[in-house]
Amino acid sequence: MKKLAEIAHSRAGDKGNILVLSLIPFDPSDFEMLVNKVTAESVKEHLKNQVKGTVTRYVLPDLKAMQFTCTDALAGGVTTSLSLDAHGKSLSYALLEMEI
Amino acid sequence: MREKIRIGCGAGFSGDRIEPALILTEKGNLDYLVLECLAERTIALAQKRKLQNPDLGYDVLLEKRISGLLPLLVKNKTRLVTNMGAANPIAGAKKIIELAKEQGLDVKVAAVIGDDVFSFFTGKEISIENERPIDSYGKLVSANAYLGVEAILPALASDADIILTGRVADPSLFLAPMIHEFGWEVDDFEKMGKGTVLGHLLECAGQITGGYFADPISKPIPDMDILGHPFVDIFSDGQGFISKVEGTGGAITVQTAKEQLLYEVLDPFHYYTPDVIADFSTVKIEEISKNQIQIKGGGGSSKPETYKVSVGYEAGFRGTGEISYAGAHAVERGELAAEIMSLRLKDKIENLKIDLIGMNSLHPAELAQNSQPYEVRLRVTGMCDSLPLAQEIGEEVEALYTNGPAGGGGARKYVEQVVGVISTLLERDQVKPGIQLFST
Repeated sequence: MKKLAEIAHSRAGDKGNILVLSLIPFDPSDFEMLVNKVTAESVKEHLKNQVKGTVTRYVLPDLKAMQFTCTDALAGGVTTSLSLDAHGKSLSYALLEMEI
Repeated sequence: MREKIRIGCGAGFSGDRIEPALILTEKGNLDYLVLECLAERTIALAQKRKLQNPDLGYDVLLEKRISGLLPLLVKNKTRLVTNMGAANPIAGAKKIIELAKEQGLDVKVAAVIGDDVFSFFTGKEISIENERPIDSYGKLVSANAYLGVEAILPALASDADIILTGRVADPSLFLAPMIHEFGWEVDDFEKMGKGTVLGHLLECAGQITGGYFADPISKPIPDMDILGHPFVDIFSDGQGFISKVEGTGGAITVQTAKEQLLYEVLDPFHYYTPDVIADFSTVKIEEISKNQIQIKGGGGSSKPETYKVSVGYEAGFRGTGEISYAGAHAVERGELAAEIMSLRLKDKIENLKIDLIGMNSLHPAELAQNSQPYEVRLRVTGMCDSLPLAQEIGEEVEALYTNGPAGGGGARKYVEQVVGVISTLLERDQVKPGIQLFST
């Protein structure tokens, strides 16, 4: 078992109450393996106490990257959230805690 | 028509650093400088300032940013495009003219108007988020449409040195100069898509040069203290080369660009702006030399039929209190403090959140398994209808000094009035962009 943080990097973005997480392997040759192991379902399971809505995965073979778009994931969104990190900017590293 | 232009981005949010834009403008050999300073909530707050004083409502850092930049912009004949007009581009333009006169500089400013659609909003429009009428959220304070290049192009066609907008889509600040200089057709969606890719890569400034990227273990970035901001050389066919000023800190790599390309993108195959539905999935990023990358590919198909409108409403008061515990049983004492706060406040405040910073304030608690911090900080926060109730949260946390667990230190309390933001859509023909020119 390895943590994603050893294999890939990620950036978190927000649009209202939607959290967007990219996942990019350090070594492009790990891309196919990540596509097989890090699915919309496994991300939803890993972040089930953060993401109340759905997870949609976009696979980008040209860029060797994936994007996870998570709805109802930011306690209402940046303006009215009670979270310390209202934007969810630290949540890229929550994804990278996932073990594969 | 020109073959190549250079656009720099010297600010990626309202609170961005001032110095990188000065370096870019002085040494970057720019044709255009863009400063992107307007987030969704920023404009609602600006609208409130304008209500209190009709001469305000532009970006609060406008004077500070523009004063230092003015002589450099004039000397190097660099045009500035910025959304620092916020809720009041006309008042902002007058302020810039005043600043230029003080410095004995000759400038012309174009204020781009028409994004403020509040006056003809009924409140019955339906929000995208929850499909509820927007006036059901609370008292409305602002409504601003995300305008596109059509609003900026007339200002570029004038002889204005500085173009000051309110709410426009961030990539449009970059795309408009490309259309203006290269004579692109606005329905050439392939070009609109390529230009939008470049604008999106640049719009957060330091986020493509190593900011929001650096990790000393897995992604080390040099000289973060003097992080440079980026510029892009765009060719008339739509390809671009992104780099930064020699001697500045940070790094521009395929990795930094990939992270930024996908940043805040809900669907990389369909990225919506007022100008185009862009396809980011076909973008190719290649490192040409140290701190220089080439961007090719990307495109677009059509453009949305409606404008997105950001609506601000009064959402109440957020009260917060914090206090720290350290050493033996720090977590247990923090948990006891949390339990006491819950019991003292839960009957009064429905919407209450209690975290232990160091354990579970940023990520879901289960991710912190097996971690045992030396210090924890209790954070109690809640949303309230009234200011006094919101203040009570911090007061109760502070009172833990003498009414709570042992060794609580460093209590802080604060209250903010909260402006919430929701979105709705508006038919294009309901919005009438325009410009007003001002000169010294």
